[in-house]
Amino acid sequence: MIQVDVANVSKVHVSMKGEPLLALLDVDFRVEENEFFSIVGPSGCGKTTLLNLLAGFEQPTRGELKVGGKVITEPGWERAVVFQEYALFPWYTVAQNVRYGLQRKRVPEPEQRRLVDHYIGLVGLRGFESRYPRELSGGMRQRVSIARALAVNPSILLMDEPFASLDVQTREYMQDELLKIWQREPKTVIFITHSIDEAIKLSDRIAILAPRPGRVEEIKTVDFPRPRDPTDPAVVHLAAEVKLWLRRKVFENRRSEEPAAGRQEAAH
Amino acid sequence: MPSSPSLDGEDARSPGALTANRGMPPTQEALARLAASMVPPPPPAWKRALSRISRLWLLAVFVIAWQLISMYGQRVNPQLDVMMPPPTAVISAAADLIARGVLLTHILDSLKRVLLAVGAAAVLGVPLGLAMGWSKRFRAAVDPLLEFIRPIPPLAWIPLSILWFGIGDVQIVYIIFLAAFFPVVLNSLAGARDVDTYLVRAGLSLGARPRELFLTVVLPAALPHIFTGIRIGLGIGWMALVAGELVAAPSGLGYMINNARTLFRSDYILLGMVLIGALGLVLDYLMRQAARFAMPWHRQ
Ligand SMILES: Nc1ncnc2c1ncn2[C@@H]1O[C@H](COP(=O)(O)OP(=O)(O)OP(=O)(O)O)[C@@H](O)[C@H]1O
Ligand SMILES: [Mg+2]
Repeated sequence: MIQVDVANVSKVHVSMKGEPLLALLDVDFRVEENEFFSIVGPSGCGKTTLLNLLAGFEQPTRGELKVGGKVITEPGWERAVVFQEYALFPWYTVAQNVRYGLQRKRVPEPEQRRLVDHYIGLVGLRGFESRYPRELSGGMRQRVSIARALAVNPSILLMDEPFASLDVQTREYMQDELLKIWQREPKTVIFITHSIDEAIKLSDRIAILAPRPGRVEEIKTVDFPRPRDPTDPAVVHLAAEVKLWLRRKVFENRRSEEPAAGRQEAAH
Repeated sequence: MPSSPSLDGEDARSPGALTANRGMPPTQEALARLAASMVPPPPPAWKRALSRISRLWLLAVFVIAWQLISMYGQRVNPQLDVMMPPPTAVISAAADLIARGVLLTHILDSLKRVLLAVGAAAVLGVPLGLAMGWSKRFRAAVDPLLEFIRPIPPLAWIPLSILWFGIGDVQIVYIIFLAAFFPVVLNSLAGARDVDTYLVRAGLSLGARPRELFLTVVLPAALPHIFTGIRIGLGIGWMALVAGELVAAPSGLGYMINNARTLFRSDYILLGMVLIGALGLVLDYLMRQAARFAMPWHRQ
């Protein structure tokens, strides 16, 4: 069943100097219920912009985004977000941050405590419950923000490069945990990443975004059974294919931008 | 390394080294103890007090220089006795006024007025500023009015306020209130407006309703600015106090200064000035302590 419907969405950002920028152009895809859907693409191609629209933080300039048939008009916990910049509340401790959404949901007090403890344990931060975010490393903050989003048990989980600050071992552990949670408590995951290997390891489908203007170039289906072996020839092949394609895109982009930059300089 | 801290003091075979304890990972408590033992102990209270006092050396130099100039300057210019009495004269003036039982009244009256006025400025100004920072439409409506009243100096309000409130506490408090109100409002406004967008978004996406969002995100984010606003308001409040009491007041440090002028008692004038400075310093210190207590996450 289709749960998330992104229909011909375009988004124009207006810069502080008033110049409009086409961040997304005619982005059009659908995500099935309980699907693990990844979005990859070079830096600045509009991934976070798309996530902001899905979360309901911003409205599209053109087109429509729907969840369960209803147009997204505002944020809500059923679409919990793991932010690229973590977005932890500096005035709350680790435990209070994780508890925040549960309090807003009016979860009974003992249940809150159990869930907070569970998710803090899951992300490996036992013993840091009463620390403030400022007293944590970048990767630890990222894990708090993951625990905070998981704790509210959203039906859709929006994750913006959630494992970017983690070391390889912790990242692999977190990937496995995320898959376990996703399999145990079915939910739709929309997962932004820079890592093709990560996307292939986790996803049912991968949308590849092309930059300037951001648009969906291709959607790849990954139908290898999980757990996926990164050395499996089919996996290696798919990864190589996507990487090659992205490299070409980035390269094309550089070339098309160079003359423009040259002209600007000449005008000064 | 015989004196290095030991992880497991009980175990004589592996003294002192974390790595010596092969196989068995150290317990959390043992690690906590190790960390504590590596932090140098805080210096004793008397040492801390001494170091705090020694930070006041410039102030001490200033007072001593003042004393010497006043004492020896009089030989050159006898008028210096009146123009600039030495610190010792200020101290004896204080003793004199305490003995007559009036100094404490002046201090308490002034203190009461400043605290009342700044308290009122905080009670009214913080919500107003936060509301202006929260709602663009509200800010657009209130801003012109506020910016129209703000440049009018509190001193210019004195004649009208005497007509309104007569001579007395209410009128003086009103003048101080006007002076303290605007810094409180403007800082609270800046605090509420500069809340990180992504923190507001985090709150919303975790299900916060507007009221909850205000209490759990906007207010704590604005708190450092609010404290700054109140501290500035307090400082400006003291300035306005003296202005207010100079014109029309039955008591207070400003009144004391003005009254002493008519009596040519420059020692009383200086005493009033010194007391205002000292009280301002103490109040600011108390505010900073309160801020530290209210915002343990916020380190300056
Ligand atoms: N608030 C904004 N105002 C103006 N332009 C913006 C704004 N947010 C994003 N942009 C522009 O939109 C484009 C896409 O930005 P976005 O943050 O969505 O990229 P991204 O794909 O998430 O990049 P990254 O992988 O580096 O996080 C960029 O060119 C950026 O400059
Ligand atoms: Mg991004």
